[in-house]
Amino acid sequence: MPTMLDRRTPAPVRKDPQVKARRRFHPLHWNFAGGLAGWLWLAIVVIPIYWIVITSLKLQDDYYDANPLAWPSDPTLENYRFVLENDFVRYFMNSVIVTVGSVGPAVLVSFMAAYAIIRGGAGSRFLRTVNGLFLMGLAIPLQAVIIPIYLIIIRIQMYDTLGAIIMPSLAFAIPLSVLVLANFIRDVPKELFESMRMDGATEWGTLWRLAFPLTRPALVTVTIYQGLTVWNGFVLPLILTQSPEQRTLPLALWEFQGQFSVNIPAVLAAVVLTTLPILTLYVIGRRQLLSGLTAGFGK
Amino acid sequence: MRTAPPGSNNAGGSGSVSWMAWPALIAFTLFGVVPLLGVLVLSFSSWTGQTTDIPFSGLDSWRAVLSDPDLPHALWVTFLIMALSWLVQTPISILIGVFLAARHRYRAVLAVLYFIPLLLSQAAISITYKALLDPNFGLGAGLGFPFLQQDWLGDGTLAIGVVVFVVSWQFIPFHSLIYQGGVRQIPASMYEAAQIDGAGRIRQFFNITLPQLKYTIITSSTLMVVGSLTFFDLIWVLTAGGPGGATQSLAVDMYQRGFKANLMGPASAIAVILVLFGLLLALGLRRLGGRDQADSQLEGA
Repeated sequence: MPTMLDRRTPAPVRKDPQVKARRRFHPLHWNFAGGLAGWLWLAIVVIPIYWIVITSLKLQDDYYDANPLAWPSDPTLENYRFVLENDFVRYFMNSVIVTVGSVGPAVLVSFMAAYAIIRGGAGSRFLRTVNGLFLMGLAIPLQAVIIPIYLIIIRIQMYDTLGAIIMPSLAFAIPLSVLVLANFIRDVPKELFESMRMDGATEWGTLWRLAFPLTRPALVTVTIYQGLTVWNGFVLPLILTQSPEQRTLPLALWEFQGQFSVNIPAVLAAVVLTTLPILTLYVIGRRQLLSGLTAGFGK
Repeated sequence: MRTAPPGSNNAGGSGSVSWMAWPALIAFTLFGVVPLLGVLVLSFSSWTGQTTDIPFSGLDSWRAVLSDPDLPHALWVTFLIMALSWLVQTPISILIGVFLAARHRYRAVLAVLYFIPLLLSQAAISITYKALLDPNFGLGAGLGFPFLQQDWLGDGTLAIGVVVFVVSWQFIPFHSLIYQGGVRQIPASMYEAAQIDGAGRIRQFFNITLPQLKYTIITSSTLMVVGSLTFFDLIWVLTAGGPGGATQSLAVDMYQRGFKANLMGPASAIAVILVLFGLLLALGLRRLGGRDQADSQLEGA
């Protein structure tokens, strides 16, 4: 992966003599301790993942005897069938609804707010205050405010609905999204905004025809990152819903574990199934996700 | 990114864009700002969470929480998990980050594999480790390694160790990527000069790499430390605070008081402590950096 971690440094090009020099002089070129740690850690990361996958392909009886790291002698998709028959599709759809329903609107309103802050921030105390509020918001942990959120959800009579998960998820996706998007919009050359204005474009038109295409990589990053957060969210569904019909995947997984605790291969098949969609998204948007993460979290 | 102040792109007519900030502002105020004030208000109540009627009771909840021997314990557990996970994650992340920054050959493969733990939900990870560490049917029993075959989650000390390990398993990849970015920004000329002065590789690491990574270390530590305050999913699924309260952190304590024991007042007081704890830590780490890292970021550094 040519460095996506820092937008200021272009990807290392092998032909560049300066890079060559740096590599020659770099003391870490033959870095034994780092190399050892790197490969050891890779094993620590990969072994459990390998174990999840192969175990999910075993029948319950095979799980107890053979070497746990051996490839299953008789791989089967039986566990996957079992999980899919146990309302997995419903939980999956709930997760999709919650994720799309919160991340889509969150990114849209964050994009508009970021644009407003960059375009109008200098001349408007209101927009500067709004910016400050979102930056403060980065520090608010969701768990710490879950009790008042629970109260609000009860009061507006949305307890035990998917909307109860969607609204706080949407709100908590805003601060970081605004920060990352504003950083990208700020890099759009001033002259481009000027010429749009000369052509008589409205701010709304400029937002969509100029800022949107130029900010697209950041929008993708923010969408993937927030999608990941909401898809894996556990606390909100745990506290704001109770009926099985409203379960999202992480919660379903947890309930599933309690229900079928003796059938570990089936539980692990469920783990694989909940992870596959996000893994697919990651493979598609990996570079942008990594670059966006560093833009958002600073260097 | 440039250090221009916000709004440097403004070409006049600022009033016409203000409305675009309203939808985000309203959404975040309703579910972010109002609850933050709400949690403080609720800490002065004896709300049960069962009714919509909220009786206020002054300082009762605070008195109850502050005199409860469980609180120092929860604080200690929270601190222990935070300190241990920092101690485990930081050196390994720096080592791997330095390694990733220098090597080119396998980086693409490594980056894909390293990142997978970050994609899994903490619920999925906890369920996996619970099965993997099972003393009777887990990896240890299957492979016949007596060391792995312990009652990992049944012993208080071991359970804390498991929590720290699982946290590290998920987040070391992320922090090593941050360090990889940090190492990349160290000018090669510094190493060239050191080379000419005859400094060995280890000296170079301690005299150049580590000091140059100062701000990266502070950023990464802030994320680790403040993030560790709110570990809930992981601990809840892995141990539910057990065995015997050994992994009962502040976040778990808050959940149990509020949503299990129906004591929303004391639970809110703990939430307030959690927020204050996090703010203090973030401010302390910022001071340690000597430079206002967060502020420079606020301006879109």
